[in-house]
Amino acid sequence: MQAAARHCRAPLFHSSLSITGMSMSLKNVFEKTIPKLVLGPTLLSSLLFVYGFIFLTAYLSLTPSRMMPNFEFAGLQQYAALFDNERWWTSLANLGIFGTLFIGISVALGLFLAILLDQKIRAEGALRAVYLYPMALSFIVTGTAWKWMLNPSLGLEKVMHDCGWSSFHFDWLVNPDMAIYTVVIAGVWQSSGFVMALFLAGLRGIDDDIIKAAQVDGASLPTIYRRIVIPAMRPVFFSVLLILSHIAIKSFDLVIALTAGGPGNASSVPAIFMYQFSFTRGQLGLGSASAMMMLATIVAVLVPLMYLEARSNKAMR
Amino acid sequence: MKLKHIAMLMSLAIAGAAHATDVEVLHYWTSGGEAKSAEQLKLMVKQAGYGWKDFAVAGGGGENAMTALKTRVMSGNPPTAAQIKGPSIQEWGSEGMLANIDEAAVAGKWDSVLPKVVADIMKYKGHYVAVPVNVHRVNWVWANPEVLKKAGVNGIPTTMDGFLEAAEKVKKSGAIAIAHGGQPWQDATLFESVALGVGGAPFYQKALVSLDQKTLTSPTMVKVFDTLGKIKGYIDKDAPGRDWNLATAMVINGKAGFQFMGDWAKGEFAAAGKVPGKDYLCAAAPGTAKDYTFNIDSFAMFQQKSADAKKGQIALANAIMTPSFQSVFNLNKGSIPVRSGVSKDKFDDCALKSMADMDASSKAGTLVPSLAHGMAVPSATQGAMFDVIAKFMNSSMSSADAVAALAKAARTK
Amino acid sequence: MKSMTPARFILYLLLALFMLYYIAPLYVMVSTSFKTLDEIRSGNLLSLPHAINGAAWQRAWSSACTGTTCEGLQPFFWNSIKMVLPAVGISTLLGAFNGYVFAHWRFRGSEWLFTGLLVGCFIPFQVVLLPMAGLLGQFGLANTTVGLVFVHVVYGTAFTTLFFRNYYVGVPEELIKAARIDGAGFFLIFRKVVLPISGPIFVVCIIWQFTQIWNDFLFGVVFASGEAQPITVGLNNLVNTSTGVQEHNVNMAAAIIAALPTLLVYLVAGRYFVRGLTAGAVKG
Repeated sequence: MQAAARHCRAPLFHSSLSITGMSMSLKNVFEKTIPKLVLGPTLLSSLLFVYGFIFLTAYLSLTPSRMMPNFEFAGLQQYAALFDNERWWTSLANLGIFGTLFIGISVALGLFLAILLDQKIRAEGALRAVYLYPMALSFIVTGTAWKWMLNPSLGLEKVMHDCGWSSFHFDWLVNPDMAIYTVVIAGVWQSSGFVMALFLAGLRGIDDDIIKAAQVDGASLPTIYRRIVIPAMRPVFFSVLLILSHIAIKSFDLVIALTAGGPGNASSVPAIFMYQFSFTRGQLGLGSASAMMMLATIVAVLVPLMYLEARSNKAMR
Repeated sequence: MKLKHIAMLMSLAIAGAAHATDVEVLHYWTSGGEAKSAEQLKLMVKQAGYGWKDFAVAGGGGENAMTALKTRVMSGNPPTAAQIKGPSIQEWGSEGMLANIDEAAVAGKWDSVLPKVVADIMKYKGHYVAVPVNVHRVNWVWANPEVLKKAGVNGIPTTMDGFLEAAEKVKKSGAIAIAHGGQPWQDATLFESVALGVGGAPFYQKALVSLDQKTLTSPTMVKVFDTLGKIKGYIDKDAPGRDWNLATAMVINGKAGFQFMGDWAKGEFAAAGKVPGKDYLCAAAPGTAKDYTFNIDSFAMFQQKSADAKKGQIALANAIMTPSFQSVFNLNKGSIPVRSGVSKDKFDDCALKSMADMDASSKAGTLVPSLAHGMAVPSATQGAMFDVIAKFMNSSMSSADAVAALAKAARTK
Repeated sequence: MKSMTPARFILYLLLALFMLYYIAPLYVMVSTSFKTLDEIRSGNLLSLPHAINGAAWQRAWSSACTGTTCEGLQPFFWNSIKMVLPAVGISTLLGAFNGYVFAHWRFRGSEWLFTGLLVGCFIPFQVVLLPMAGLLGQFGLANTTVGLVFVHVVYGTAFTTLFFRNYYVGVPEELIKAARIDGAGFFLIFRKVVLPISGPIFVVCIIWQFTQIWNDFLFGVVFASGEAQPITVGLNNLVNTSTGVQEHNVNMAAAIIAALPTLLVYLVAGRYFVRGLTAGAVKG
């Protein structure tokens, strides 16, 4: 199976490790530095503009900064204020709900659609375009369009009423308990097409010969999917999870356009919290503390994920 | 219009002259009627011989504009002027960023043409750093007389109890009693008018401007929330997230009876071709007939390096305070001039009433800054208080809890 | 073509149902953009316009107000193009080289560096606004298109590196080894071995980067001002009015205009994307 996999067409996101031994001649020393030089600019800018700024934010979270940065040291008072802020906990909970549902449903839907489309359909190109195009739209556009559609008095509910189903209710958008789920609906709509495209590429990268061999052996289609296809897609899964987590955590424009964090602050998310407190409310220190907490959450979730990916790749070779 | 012709001729004459320094102005008046108002300012600046560099950033009620402003300041290149109002002017002043425009104030005798309350807001440590553009009155109630008539209500009631009765009648007649949009600033607009109506101007001043803890936790505040809770019952369930002009549309279309909204609602009525007094009514919010909640748009001036830019600032400030600008600008925007000595021609009945009430309340000491529109307290405190009010409006929070939460929010620094 | 069995029928049915979910918002946007304001106020979200009224599109493109200038989205459109093309190009190229290094020119600690780079993807952009503004100001790049391109390249390269690295890892090591034995160096191998088969991943990367950068609002509003503002800022100004009348049809038309380039990129690139995949990748 391993040998066969190596002979297949290069799947898009197939990770693997390989060790190359190099003899230490002068030419090789030169060759050895070039890669590092090439990486240099990117790594340097990451060090400065990413880690440097993270460090700066961390420092700001320990200061009493209000509208502009102020570098006095103030200990952990901002964190205390943060944990005492009810809206922060609501935002965090919302991120959990939204993140889990958004990622889960997008993966399931994307995979499902990819499998459907892999069945050699007529008009595959057109359908693929239909599923994929939402990603092209900015979140502001998506949020505005869905805000209209889910509005009880203007959108779906009204249409249903006009059609005669007067008992149809869909007031999630204005319901404090359900508003966050509308964000899931819009978010899944936007991103599941891209996920589908990635999975489709992964599916197409699996060699037909293996499938045919399994079919010759008498395996049914669901079994083939379960035991050959889906495991071979593991690298794609990781990339998809990474991309979706990125979108979920940074979700700002979508929520602002759809619910503006409302009703009240019921659908507020950490990204909005941080932006409003840092900029609108002139509480830069508190906003920085919330940003550090966001980063901590990200690291806690992602580092194990990436470690698992690196490890599983080592195992595959 | 004659003024426009004069302006055009003058600017043609001046344009031929010296190279114009640009005045860069940050604002969030980006579309429709608002943009036309900003256009007026641009014309006057050009008339004075300066170029206008537009720095328009909309959205979030100024949120995005503030972010853009802060980054510009960080990069060492602030605009000439920015649309900043209320206590924020003091916040920027304390960062040492604002420019002294006393020169224009002295020339235009601002101290004598502006109400003292307004002048104080425009000053930092006794020097003028900002110039006011207009005055919006926030404690208005708008009504559709047809809907009222059908419900057996005679005009907009003047007491809170009378109002609640009227709302009940409108509800029974099949219409929505109060049109409202469930956004934090609208909730706060409603809250502050209720607070003013239930507690009066001194109470409002002590509780929502001075943030006195005792007043904030007093039985009157509990009564305010109780009343607000009753009003909640007259708002339809689809209110959350609704934009304010959609709520006004509900009143225009006869779907709803009343709306608590500032005087910019007039623009909607006017755009729909409605006439005040006939097609719609305007009155002070119940219990606030002698009080005036103001919201003043203003431009704060940032310190500039070049002498030319500084001159441009003075020119901008002067332009804004001229009676002719005040007249044209406010006619376009639906607000009233902030200075005295402006002709009352062409202003409609509701605006004239607003002007008269502002004079009267200024003399009586009942001219209060709007909490909901960033005139009363710093942004951090305002944000926290908004959170409490929004929570109260969107949950079954009790008045007692709300009072406690509001008092706590008022302590936010 | 396979024949229409019951299973195939259900397959098509499912696909069609999902298609509705995806198309509905676009339909709403397009149909609203062709209605008049009265129709919108009195009508129903899903109803067809009475007549195809292109006035809203005219206004959105050339005469709607976005401040004191009322020239519609047209000027912003070109600003965005000027900014996006270099930003996408540079970040993609950098990603390609970086990915190539991480996949086939590993050295001690490179895996950690890669992970470190990736974690950087997740930094909330609001955090970098103030410090970056300070830095750009120091270098005189504040409020220029160059500055904005720089910011996008800095924060986009992590993702492009991820895409290319994961793709290049699938290129068998034997090919690279063989080329090395033949005496080819770093750049030659890239040009002759790796680049020719990179079609699909270039397409994916360009799609992603173009979308991210074209649709970005935050960096655009903060690092560009006045004439250099990108189309997202223009759209936001056009659509948002704090105390004025909303022209929904113009707003929808403007939103679609703003989205057209990315839609076009998807349409064109999508075809090459699959063609690249099926046409030929590396066989061991």
